[in-house]
Amino acid sequence: MADTAQVPVTVLTGYLGAGKTTLLNRILTEQHGRKYAVVINEFGELGVDNDLVVDTDEEVFEMNNGCICCTVRGDLIRIVGGLMKRRDKFDGIIIETTGLANPAPVAQTFFVDEGVKEKARLDAIVTVVDAKHLPARLADSNEAADQIAFADVIVLNKTDLVTPEELEAVEARIRQINKFAVIHRTQRAALPIEQVLDRGAFDLQRVLAMDPEFLSGEDDHEHNDDVSSMSFEVEKPIDPEKFNAWIGALLQEQGPDLLRTKGILAYAGENRRFAFQAVHMIADGDFIGPWKEGEPRTSKIVFIGRNLNRPRLRRGFEGCVAD
Amino acid sequence: MSQSTQPAFLLESRGAHRDLGAFVVAVRFSRDGKTVAFALGDGSVHLVPAADPAVWRAVPVHDGAALALAADPGADGFVSGGDDGLLRRVGADGAVSNLASFGTMKWVEQVATHALDKGKGLVAASVGKVVHLLDATGQKLKTWTHPSSVTGLAFDTKGKRVGASHYNGVSLWFVAAKTDTPRVLEWKGSHTGIAIHPEGEAVVSAMQENALHGWRLSDGQHMRMSGYPSKSEALSFSRNGRWLASSGADAMVLWPFFGGGPMGKAPMELAGGDGVLCTQVACHPKEDMVAGGFADGLVVVADIASSRVLPVVPPEHGKVTTLAWSPDGGRLAVGSESGFAAVIDFSSR
Repeated sequence: MADTAQVPVTVLTGYLGAGKTTLLNRILTEQHGRKYAVVINEFGELGVDNDLVVDTDEEVFEMNNGCICCTVRGDLIRIVGGLMKRRDKFDGIIIETTGLANPAPVAQTFFVDEGVKEKARLDAIVTVVDAKHLPARLADSNEAADQIAFADVIVLNKTDLVTPEELEAVEARIRQINKFAVIHRTQRAALPIEQVLDRGAFDLQRVLAMDPEFLSGEDDHEHNDDVSSMSFEVEKPIDPEKFNAWIGALLQEQGPDLLRTKGILAYAGENRRFAFQAVHMIADGDFIGPWKEGEPRTSKIVFIGRNLNRPRLRRGFEGCVAD
Repeated sequence: MSQSTQPAFLLESRGAHRDLGAFVVAVRFSRDGKTVAFALGDGSVHLVPAADPAVWRAVPVHDGAALALAADPGADGFVSGGDDGLLRRVGADGAVSNLASFGTMKWVEQVATHALDKGKGLVAASVGKVVHLLDATGQKLKTWTHPSSVTGLAFDTKGKRVGASHYNGVSLWFVAAKTDTPRVLEWKGSHTGIAIHPEGEAVVSAMQENALHGWRLSDGQHMRMSGYPSKSEALSFSRNGRWLASSGADAMVLWPFFGGGPMGKAPMELAGGDGVLCTQVACHPKEDMVAGGFADGLVVVADIASSRVLPVVPPEHGKVTTLAWSPDGGRLAVGSESGFAAVIDFSSR
């Protein structure tokens, strides 16, 4: 995860018409001195202005590993492998998904395939949403909520088409789904590109820095199809064996509901931070840099998904504390 | 005789090598065995006379990366596919011409060729889900579409069939068929490479789940070959089809295709024990020997019957990405991720 030799990959999701390709073209035409390989799909709205563009069909397949929700983009495995043959020609990869795409297969590709993991790291999932039409999209499909749930960065676009009250309402709706993403309000997808690229969002630094306003204790029990997010902290060191047993069983049991799980853990007797993340049942973890001198060694875990049972998740996480 | 305890690598005494400065995607010998070509990630193809590997010539071929390389169906030259959408012929003399152009943003990912009589031949190239069958001059003969992108392409020994791997199985197309309906060999999952038994007895694919899958062609019997810690990127049948060599473990893994195998049989492992992943294998065209390349750059040749291992290239030059024997088996060519390229002479002097 800390290996800088890995190419950073940014995934752009969002419905047709939300402004995804506008954002992409902004990124590509801005004078930042960096070169990107761009992977687009055949149904893109607009042309893309870049030297290195790969056109692909989104080819999702199910892994034969007994995990019903483990789906992977085979086309991306091939394309990342192909791009690595000219690794010196670009600084990062941007993947644009189709409007209705479920982000899980893209994210899982970066967990499941050893060759991809070795060469590339998911930097951030950026979801572009249309401030005007998002409420309708959320009402008529699961994909819109999934795209928000998966996002590290949300570009809340077309803010000029709504009233300030509508804007507040739509942002509150996004927050209900995903408390942890950074939201940028934009018109014509205009924002400084450093807000989108090289975020290192998947390395979870930012999650750790989030203000724990979620520990308010409300909405303790959610049993509906709405996506929500919650997070838990413990001050005492974690026992890795207990954590693995708990999270393994939880992902097995509730994997289809758990869109994203991320955590930074302080293992007992370990000076480095352990970063954990999962997409559905597929999990990955690695030690990242050491805890800073004097920094409180607080372990934190974030869940984004459906049917999250707050008391049960809290008890489970607290049960991982080392004896 | 030297008393050194270090193994003597053949590269030092019998090899010629260069650092070509870019990812070596594929190395092939021309069908007459006179020329070696290295296709690189910078789009160039480097040509080397096999008998006198002192003169290396770089030829710019693709605007982008070369993705696939095969010997031209004729005596000399090569056919190269790139991420610039071009399928090009590269002559032994360095002359480059277009066989086909598939458009920008399209990748020509797989290329296979077959030589027919009188200098004629067939070229198969995959672009996404489509396999294009051309004659040696680039004239289009057939277009075959698959349910998902093609990940591997192979002619059978006689050039009568072309096998293509993709999601949920492989398709076998008959070159001379009047109506283009493939024989589809099904198995759920993502198949990432293909090899056809030299006697036409079986087709084997590599799979995403670190396993091989095979089909016996006489009756469609499935063959499961699993236990790899990593994906098999290279499959190679021995000259008579008795063994299938594969990469993807910390040894060359050879499955027996005789005595009822590979079903229910344990594979043979050669040149293992160092804990380093085998990334490439290539069976010798005349003898029961197999060359193996490893993630640390080591290249060895092993005798299948005796399991004796001959060190060829020391583990110093980056992950081995491609291996090829000359048609007579007298020379082995090697390429690596870091741009190392070598030709080693095995002929008796």
